[in-house]
Amino acid sequence: MTNQSELCFSHVTLGYESTVTTTNLTLSIHSGDYICVVGENGSGKSTFIKSILGILKPLQGEIIRKGEWKQNNSIGYLPQQTPAQRDFPASVQEIVCSGFLNQMGFRPFYKKQEKEKALENMIKLGIENLRNRCYRELSGGQQQRVLLARALCAAQKLLILDEPTTGLDSNSSDELYNILNNLNDKEQITIIMVTHDTERAVQYAKQVLHLKHNGYFFGSSSEYQKNFKK
Amino acid sequence: MHILTDMLSFAFIQRAFLVGIFVSLCSALLGVSLVLKRYSMIGDGLSHVSFGALSIALAFGWAPLKFSIPVVAIAAFFLLRITENAKVKSDAAIAAVSAASLAIGIIVTSLKTGINTDVASYMFGSILAMKQEDVVISILLSVVVLILFCFCYHKIFAITFDESFAKATGVHTSFYNTLIAILTAVTVVLGMRMMGALLISSLIIFPAMSSMRLFKRFSFVIISSGIIAIICFCAGMITSYQFDTPVGASIVIIYLAIFFLFCIIQKIKTICKKSAVNKK
Repeated sequence: MTNQSELCFSHVTLGYESTVTTTNLTLSIHSGDYICVVGENGSGKSTFIKSILGILKPLQGEIIRKGEWKQNNSIGYLPQQTPAQRDFPASVQEIVCSGFLNQMGFRPFYKKQEKEKALENMIKLGIENLRNRCYRELSGGQQQRVLLARALCAAQKLLILDEPTTGLDSNSSDELYNILNNLNDKEQITIIMVTHDTERAVQYAKQVLHLKHNGYFFGSSSEYQKNFKK
Repeated sequence: MHILTDMLSFAFIQRAFLVGIFVSLCSALLGVSLVLKRYSMIGDGLSHVSFGALSIALAFGWAPLKFSIPVVAIAAFFLLRITENAKVKSDAAIAAVSAASLAIGIIVTSLKTGINTDVASYMFGSILAMKQEDVVISILLSVVVLILFCFCYHKIFAITFDESFAKATGVHTSFYNTLIAILTAVTVVLGMRMMGALLISSLIIFPAMSSMRLFKRFSFVIISSGIIAIICFCAGMITSYQFDTPVGASIVIIYLAIFFLFCIIQKIKTICKKSAVNKK
């Protein structure tokens, strides 16, 4: 068995406060998958992600994590950027290293191995020459790569991305998609990505989860393109 | 040098220096995180709560610090909670809380004692307000704040930079937010007696604002804020002694001068960079 890690949704209903966004969701995600989550605004994409991260409990049903994904700190997350970050004084290195926080417990300083690992991840994403630069001076694409490097420090096997291409021009978006493809192909990193950029993201992803107000579609990307594109 | 030895011959000025340096340092460090998280107004709101609490303590003859620190800590906790769940806009909440506690403070004092010098010193600050016992408490608490800050430095950085990431990877963000709120509350109460309720928030905001002009690393911003805080406090004290101006106000003016100085340096730096690029 190579596919030991699994994330299973069984009859899950998701929502927050008085709003129900998704009902009766049943699917399982295996290691090595590359899933692109699409849907209109308010269809519950962010809620779906929050439930995987464990920030939001499902209203009904169960989300089961198996194998390596059992621990909470096995997930690398790339959230949407906040306005406060745009003028934040911090060096790239400081930000990438902060990915290790969940492994630190009460230890107040980073270990040597962690710093080396951080450098390794920066090299992987081609930002090692930026490491002493200030985050707010970088371009949007570079900023996303910094945050991606941080997510890789937090978790090696499962990445969750929330609208990573928002605000990027088409060149930088393509670059980011290529990086993700590489990570998925060569390093067997599982990727779950929420996006508005449906057309392009669907071409890169292996599977598609389309959330709608009255149901959902989950299947391979080619199947999705056949059904939804005329 | 002569002025300094002259000043330090007074016991109450020695006390003020000691407490002031510690409190300025604490508020500068916490201030970086608060300013970046857009919580600058919390310092101001808490100082008004602290004013209300202190006047109640004064009116009933309770120990001022021991009563107001818990009260302000609770207020800080709730103000942060309100900010988190966003149903009430946090700026409105802070404004309402600070006005209300100021009102309570004023009513209690006017009924009990009338606006006397003690109350005035809480409004505008006075180094004479420092008593021996307060000095001990202030220094102890400041040291605790500093140790906790250093110990949680990386976590504070992560939460300040990106709370949702920190939360998703399993950092207890609400715990650390509460910690920051309580540390801020303690610092505000301690600093208020010297700076005054109306001016204490400058200790929190100015060092961070000035440092952020020049430095591009979080660690450098923190260190520079600490240094600015200590230098400005000492300079303010000396100015106040020399020209007979109120301590709190003098310190704020020095902070303002440093801020402008840093702005000018930043401008010069960008101009130099531009011309260097043009030459290439």
